[in-house]
Amino acid sequence: MAVLATNSNTQAAARRVNIWDTPWLNAKFVTGSSIIVLVLLFGLLGPLFWNTDLAFTASSPVNLPPMWDKGGSPEHPLGTESNGRDMLAQLVVGIPASLKVGLLAASIGMGIGILLGSLAGYLGGWTDHIIRTITDSVITIPSLMVLISIAAYVRMPDTTAMALILALFAWPGPTRLIRSQVLTLRERGFVRMALLSNVPALEIMLFEMVPNMLPWLAASLTGGISGAILGATGLEALGLGPTRVPSLGTIINYALNSSALVRGMVWWWLPPIITLVIIFTAFFLMTVGLDEIANPRLRGYGNGK
Amino acid sequence: MASDQKVLEVNDLNVHYFTPRGAVIAANAVNLYVKEGEIVGLVGESGCGKTTVAMSILQMVSAPGRIVGGEIKIEGQNIVNLPEKELRKIRWRKLALIPQGAMNSLNPVIKIREQMEDGITAHEKVRGVALRDKVFKLLNDVGLPERVYNMFPHELSGGMKQRVCIAMAVALNPVIIIADEPTSALDVVVQRVVAQTLLDVKTRLGVSMIMIGHDMGLQAQMVDRVAVMYAGNLVEVGPVGSIFEHPYHPYTRLLIDAIPSTKQKKSLKVTEGLTHDLRNPPRGCCFQFRCPFVRDACREKPPAFKQMAPDHFVACVQY
Amino acid sequence: MEQPIISVQDATKIYGGGFLSTSKPFVALDRFSLDIYESQAKIVTIAGESGSGKTTLANLVLGFILPSSGKIMYKGQDVSTMTREQRRIYRKEVQAIFQDPYEVYNPFYRVSHIFNMVVRHFNLAQNKNEAQQLIEDALNVVGLRGSEILEKYPHQLSGGQRQRIMVARAYMLRPRLIVADEPVSAVDASLRAMILDIMLKLRDRHHISFLYITHDLSTAYQISDKMYVLFQGTTVERGNAGKIIENPRHPYVQELIDSIPVPDPKMKWNTNITLPPEEVMRMKSSVGCRFYPRCAKHMDICTRAFPEYTQVEEDHEVACYLYQ
Repeated sequence: MAVLATNSNTQAAARRVNIWDTPWLNAKFVTGSSIIVLVLLFGLLGPLFWNTDLAFTASSPVNLPPMWDKGGSPEHPLGTESNGRDMLAQLVVGIPASLKVGLLAASIGMGIGILLGSLAGYLGGWTDHIIRTITDSVITIPSLMVLISIAAYVRMPDTTAMALILALFAWPGPTRLIRSQVLTLRERGFVRMALLSNVPALEIMLFEMVPNMLPWLAASLTGGISGAILGATGLEALGLGPTRVPSLGTIINYALNSSALVRGMVWWWLPPIITLVIIFTAFFLMTVGLDEIANPRLRGYGNGK
Repeated sequence: MASDQKVLEVNDLNVHYFTPRGAVIAANAVNLYVKEGEIVGLVGESGCGKTTVAMSILQMVSAPGRIVGGEIKIEGQNIVNLPEKELRKIRWRKLALIPQGAMNSLNPVIKIREQMEDGITAHEKVRGVALRDKVFKLLNDVGLPERVYNMFPHELSGGMKQRVCIAMAVALNPVIIIADEPTSALDVVVQRVVAQTLLDVKTRLGVSMIMIGHDMGLQAQMVDRVAVMYAGNLVEVGPVGSIFEHPYHPYTRLLIDAIPSTKQKKSLKVTEGLTHDLRNPPRGCCFQFRCPFVRDACREKPPAFKQMAPDHFVACVQY
Repeated sequence: MEQPIISVQDATKIYGGGFLSTSKPFVALDRFSLDIYESQAKIVTIAGESGSGKTTLANLVLGFILPSSGKIMYKGQDVSTMTREQRRIYRKEVQAIFQDPYEVYNPFYRVSHIFNMVVRHFNLAQNKNEAQQLIEDALNVVGLRGSEILEKYPHQLSGGQRQRIMVARAYMLRPRLIVADEPVSAVDASLRAMILDIMLKLRDRHHISFLYITHDLSTAYQISDKMYVLFQGTTVERGNAGKIIENPRHPYVQELIDSIPVPDPKMKWNTNITLPPEEVMRMKSSVGCRFYPRCAKHMDICTRAFPEYTQVEEDHEVACYLYQ
């Protein structure tokens, strides 16, 4: 009996250490999400420290280089561009705007995906046939071309309209993923147990299946966000975005229009690109990390010493 | 017939798995040998350490596991801590593995002939007709028709795939084959055909084998000596006839009693009890929590091996 | 005449071969019939190897799939055309335990979730205390205590505990029939006896029948009353389990029983068996005896039509032309 007692004590001790032994503490996922948090903080806390009115035309002197260059001024640390906008203020305003478009478009896509995917997977039969056919056709459409045509016709007043247009092409991926997940989960023992326990279909989907899809859903969402940001930036760089609010894509668009490249105004076009690269890398790390969390086989084990 | 030459010796093998919650003792002071031309069965329930012992012999214990003590001698040469380059020469050449679910390890998009030839040419310089003839001979050895040469794995049944794996294991004339549950997941008739193939190959090539399994019935049919493992410890070793006629260790008895018979109806023997946490083994005998004959002496120190019959050893305080 | 709790009537399940499908239709189960009566609790074994259709039958009886032809009747009511309320009663009376006792737990929830689902959706209890008592009673039947396991996560339990909990869950509903799909194939030898013993106890003390689906004839011999041996969807031999195993008549069943390794080193396999080439093994005839290509005693008549069942002794029938 004494032996058993010590046994359970050590087990309790082990359980306490255990909270750190979770797959969610994946190095890639943690790095990626930390970067995103830092980028977000820059956009959210930026207005407290910097005057965002400087992001609008003719608010500052034109063509100032960054403060560390000759002729630069500490009043505009990252310089200004040809229309008299402060670069730092533009980044402070543009980063959240771009992230918002991405998040909104990806969430709408995910929402549609969850609905259609679970319907197709769970009901099967004709429902599945129809949803699958539509999804597969939409996936084959070259989205950027269609988006360009739509964006050229619709005058976009703000980022929300932009997000809605991008969402048109953001749902087939999640739909496919969720359909296949539901299909495999439907055969799993615990779903059958729920069926045998007379649990209604909606409850099975929400409380038995969805929790088991979380890492997949999260991975798909982060992938979707960076895809939508890329699409938005592409449209904006082509001058098809909302022109009132600066975003990372519009900065690039103005830089292109004003031949910033030829004029050697590196401080104009490089910062938005670097920011985008950082955002994409972070989302990529999150997606890969979440993939490893969802799929233990990809998880590398450290060599035990 | 088996000679007295020991081709494999495992001396005092200790393997630990290092987890965040402490070291799991997967093999504790295991001593085992295999003589030339002999099949030794390694039995026990899942998680008892039988696969760990096999992987240690192949020096393929995967992290976070590590051999923390003991030696493994193949034809007298200790291979523990041998550099990887040396080991690669020994694996397949002297040691071959038929892994658990081997039939699923065949590459589905490559023809059987290519998979077999790749395995051979990686270790031996044979080319052209000689190579093809060698593959034909191997297929013949495991009782497969020559057509299999040009087939893809999905064109074969489970039993045939398993026999291809046996052919690949014997391709380089190993000294010893380690077969990890070679017939699990096969239908009973196919299981019998595969078991026959293994026995056939053994007699024909005089190769030694370690057969890992949990089915005592199959062990009785196939092996020469049985080694019973419980929770990382060897508890009884002996010739198969002697073990079945007189199992000394209570755990061995339990295993044999638990085989359902088709010859006579007998009442079910139900035993309660859980295996201890392998991170935290009790003092004394490893079987004390489940043993029906447990007494104070069992809780003091681990019992030493005692010889009960020729070649038949048991670790239990009763004797 | 008493109405059977479950009556499988000429059930056939064909996969594939539908509209726009390129695959050939595959007959998973062919005209299977079986009645299980409430008044005499029995363990009925469905024995067969992989591809024999035994799991298809389990899924049919549980209503997970519908037969291509034939009927599954629950107390005279076709399972495929039940109302919500009828289905609830059928679910309550026909329960199941599955092969992999880990798979049936949702890794997200504690063990108590399994019981709470049942209590809630079948309205078993009026209040929490009553529910607690029900769960505790059910667990005691399988030799467990609630305080030990209910707040744990499934991976913290042993395989034997997990399977016993599933039996307790089924028992809580006081079903008349439990479909046990390979319940002991994934557990160790010592636990096997425990689970089988619980099944016997439930049959004898609580009058619950079992449809015991297995590939293992020796456990079937130990516990079952009646047996059906399936081969590629067809029933080749049926009747009293003891009689079939002690004295198998169909060449396939003979081969099967002969291949079970005997746990006695003095009685080694003395004959070698060889299986015919792969093409022959894969050859599937839809008329006549399915075992024909592999059968050592095959005759011309075997391919013409599926043999009628011949009674070879009391409560022992075989579908083979050798006995006609």
